[in-house]
Amino acid sequence: MENIIEIKNLTKKFKELTAVDDITFNVKKGEIFAFLGPNGAGKTTTIKMLTTLANPTSGSILINRYDPTKQQEEARASFGIVFQDPSLDDDLTAYENMNFHGMLYKVKIKDRRERIKQLLTFVELWDRKNDLVKHFSGGMKRRLEIARGFLHHPKILFLDEPTIGLDPQTRNHIWTYLKKMNREEGTTVFLTTHYMEEADKVSDRIAIIDHGKIVAQGTSEELKTQTNTNSLEDAFLSLTGKAIREETVKNQAMSGRARAWRH
Amino acid sequence: MWLREVKKYFRSKSRIIGSLGQPILFLVALGFGLGPVFQKAGQGNYIQFLVPGIISMSILFLAIFSGISVIWDRQFGFLKETLVAPVPRWQIMLGRTLGGATVAILQGFIVFAIAFLAGFRLENFAVLPITFVFMALIALAFTALGTAIASVLEDMHGFQLIMNFLVMPIFFLSGALFPLTNLPKALNIIVRLDPLSYGVDGIRATLGGISQFGLMTDFWVLSVATAILIGIGSYLFSKIQV
Repeated sequence: MENIIEIKNLTKKFKELTAVDDITFNVKKGEIFAFLGPNGAGKTTTIKMLTTLANPTSGSILINRYDPTKQQEEARASFGIVFQDPSLDDDLTAYENMNFHGMLYKVKIKDRRERIKQLLTFVELWDRKNDLVKHFSGGMKRRLEIARGFLHHPKILFLDEPTIGLDPQTRNHIWTYLKKMNREEGTTVFLTTHYMEEADKVSDRIAIIDHGKIVAQGTSEELKTQTNTNSLEDAFLSLTGKAIREETVKNQAMSGRARAWRH
Repeated sequence: MWLREVKKYFRSKSRIIGSLGQPILFLVALGFGLGPVFQKAGQGNYIQFLVPGIISMSILFLAIFSGISVIWDRQFGFLKETLVAPVPRWQIMLGRTLGGATVAILQGFIVFAIAFLAGFRLENFAVLPITFVFMALIALAFTALGTAIASVLEDMHGFQLIMNFLVMPIFFLSGALFPLTNLPKALNIIVRLDPLSYGVDGIRATLGGISQFGLMTDFWVLSVATAILIGIGSYLFSKIQV
């Protein structure tokens, strides 16, 4: 299976801080890949670099064979992203948000209409298509964002904490949608999450980042064997330590940046 | 220019009525209040004089506000959606600016229509296209300026400062409310540096009044200013780091 994301020696340095330190890993086409790590580990920074929102200090990235720093538009057209905080327009309806996205991503009008209908029905929001998004619950907004992420047939869908703050029913639905799209359309799913059991259940492969370095990667089974533990959560704790990450002066710079992104 | 239509669309859902309030208030209060004083000073009908200023005022404020609302987008996350899309930044900025400007111009026309109710009279309706050009330039210039400012500010705190120290002076020192003759030297300089002065003067000239600077001068200065502001706005917008 070929690689759809290739990361080699990727580094990101801020003034005093090295947020991402020479990491190398690949994501295979069509797989569900979980990117895990404690707070301040460098996850957010890595994703920003993958999604053209930040430039690497050194190293290389290939998204769908494009270099996001040099071929920005082609790279962006290859992926969709669902941010942790909603990035919808509250003053527009669900349908309008979808349509807008379609226009931004140059989806042809006929395809756009059919696709919007297909996706909104899929996430069970078709009957709310003309309602303003500001009236939607958190779960509904997340479902809409996922539908929107798939609109332009992306090769990869990035998801930052896709199920955080959602009730179990919605969470279940979201994984059903994601797995279905992954199976039927071959969309590679790249997610970050703190919910270890979920990551364990759905992902094909996992990478764990800590202090800017990849500390482990492989399938869930491999990680459990490697750390001699029975659950992904225990494996994770064993690899990253049980100490709560204190906000040292170093980490504050990074969390501040992460917080800014979360807005 | 898809973006423009969307922006235009959702702006009209919210605050058109609200922002009509201020211009109308000014028009009525100042127009009828200062009218007699103006007349006495030998300057003629104040309403005729004031209306171009009021039109410009409504365009100015709405345009700046449209531009600045990039900050809202940033805070509410919508901006990220546009930044991650495979579209060049300048196109996004341009679409946004056109959308904001369109709404501002629409507003200008509404105020214009209301002015007739207050006693404004127009001899020659054929000048309207030229008036439109000036209104459009003002709208574009200040939407771009709003966007430029918003690209640099990170949250709404600076907004108050901007309103009081930038927008108000631009408005008050543009000849919208009073004639620009016999001003103290310092004030005169500021007036000449204010792009809005040329816009107001242009509109006033076309609507049958006196022109301070000359119609052609107004047009050229305003156009150049608009082009520069759009350039600056585009540049700053493209530099936004989320």
